[in-house]
Amino acid sequence: MATDTKAVSMEMNEIKTSPLATYIEYCRKGQLAFQVCTDDNTPVFFPRLVAPKSGSRNMEWRVSKGLGTVYATTTVTDVNKDKPAYNVCMIDLDEGYRMMSRVEDIPSDDVKVGMKVKLRMHPGNDKQPPYPVFVPATSGGSK
Amino acid sequence: MTLKRGSVAIVGAAESDLGQVVPETSPQDLMAQATLRALDDCGLKLSDVDGVFAAASQLSMATVDVCEYLGIQPRYQDSTRIGGSAFMSLLAHAHLALQEGLCNVAVITYGSTQRSVTRAAASPRENVYYETTYRPRLPVSAYAMAASRHMAVYGTTREQIAEVAVSARKWALLNPRAWEKDPLSIEDVIRARPVSSPFTVRDCCLVNDGGGAIIVTTAERAKSLKKKPAYVLGVGECMSHRNISSMADFTVTGAAVSGPQAYKMAGLKASDVDVLGLYDAFTINPILFLEDLGFCPKGEGGRFVQGGRIAPGGELAVNTSGGGLSYCHPGMYGLMILIEQVRQIRGEAGQRQVKDCDVSLAHGNGGVLSTQCTAILGSQATV
Repeated sequence: MATDTKAVSMEMNEIKTSPLATYIEYCRKGQLAFQVCTDDNTPVFFPRLVAPKSGSRNMEWRVSKGLGTVYATTTVTDVNKDKPAYNVCMIDLDEGYRMMSRVEDIPSDDVKVGMKVKLRMHPGNDKQPPYPVFVPATSGGSK
Repeated sequence: MTLKRGSVAIVGAAESDLGQVVPETSPQDLMAQATLRALDDCGLKLSDVDGVFAAASQLSMATVDVCEYLGIQPRYQDSTRIGGSAFMSLLAHAHLALQEGLCNVAVITYGSTQRSVTRAAASPRENVYYETTYRPRLPVSAYAMAASRHMAVYGTTREQIAEVAVSARKWALLNPRAWEKDPLSIEDVIRARPVSSPFTVRDCCLVNDGGGAIIVTTAERAKSLKKKPAYVLGVGECMSHRNISSMADFTVTGAAVSGPQAYKMAGLKASDVDVLGLYDAFTINPILFLEDLGFCPKGEGGRFVQGGRIAPGGELAVNTSGGGLSYCHPGMYGLMILIEQVRQIRGEAGQRQVKDCDVSLAHGNGGVLSTQCTAILGSQATV
């Protein structure tokens, strides 16, 4: 019987689930996940195999409370001029890390640096897995 | 090993064809054209070149392309590719190679046909899941967010940011090789087609074809050549992040590291600089770099550029070619800055020449404020 070399190779390799695959798995459960290096409790984002600077492999996944503050923002004019402009921003999460996202529920030009926001998991579509977006902290419950 | 101030000099400098080149021109054509022009500029021959330094958006092995095209078997080569600042970085690397005798005549060259083939084809975006998901228009949205942060923290106004483009345009009108030929007002900038707020298309660099080359050799060999040498007095390099999401503070760039490195090596300070070339991919850049390179305190950049201070006739000459905003931006613009800074040191800048110009600073930026490289050049009087 022919040997399944691909299966043998993946079995022998160390990485069983990539950092990105794990991140997306959490998103599918409606959770925004990040990592903490347990050596010194430093939050790490984007997810990776080792802690930057120290190189520590002691990385633990945590689920964010999803509360944060707009650090920087822009309204992007779609390349396709018939489509509406949309928001792209940086969110500082209360746990101490930063990520790119967008704020929904309000016009993009009303998104301001310093605005308090909370997580809403966007359902995605057949090509795009669910992904975290944010809404003003004062917005009502999730749609 | 330490780089020695003034031990090498830029002796030849030339642009290739610029703006819009004829159909089917290749980046290699432009690099070859510019290299031969730069050699003619200093009186050296192609057979003198034994060090090849190159980077190009459209070529993954730029030095290999240049060497094939020109038939060079170099003793030393370097294709460092870190965005538009690569050429100041390559200058630092050439400095070391020349100083240590690994080569004796180095060419640093660039060529792009991004206007002809479209920017999307020339510089395809890399997929970064944590960003691509949100569809930022990169690189512009990254710089736009840096501007939003600067405005929120320091009260920098839309008009102040627009004034950077207006000043660049005024310089461009003094440069016959500049792409833009018409005057521009603050109002014109603000009312132009929106791209990624606060930026309109007039806050963004041009999309041009073009390229250039500089010839670098030892200070000793420089003395016998045709043109006045522009000595390399100081260089500095800093890489702070790759993607904008990982930039620690959007209002402080790696220029705050590369600048002091270059000043230290040169034994100079900001107030000694006669003319600046600051990589103006977007209007916020010169504001950030003026702060980080010590020309004004952090947060004051917007107020600093007001009232024509960096325009022709202002207190500080910045981007005398017209910059990436109004002269020529062929994708990786750093080499074009070095060429203009050499011309200023030589006194060859025509109507835009800065008087008594002995020290010029060239600051390169790459990626999304990711790589910052500073070079300080000086006339014979500085060595």
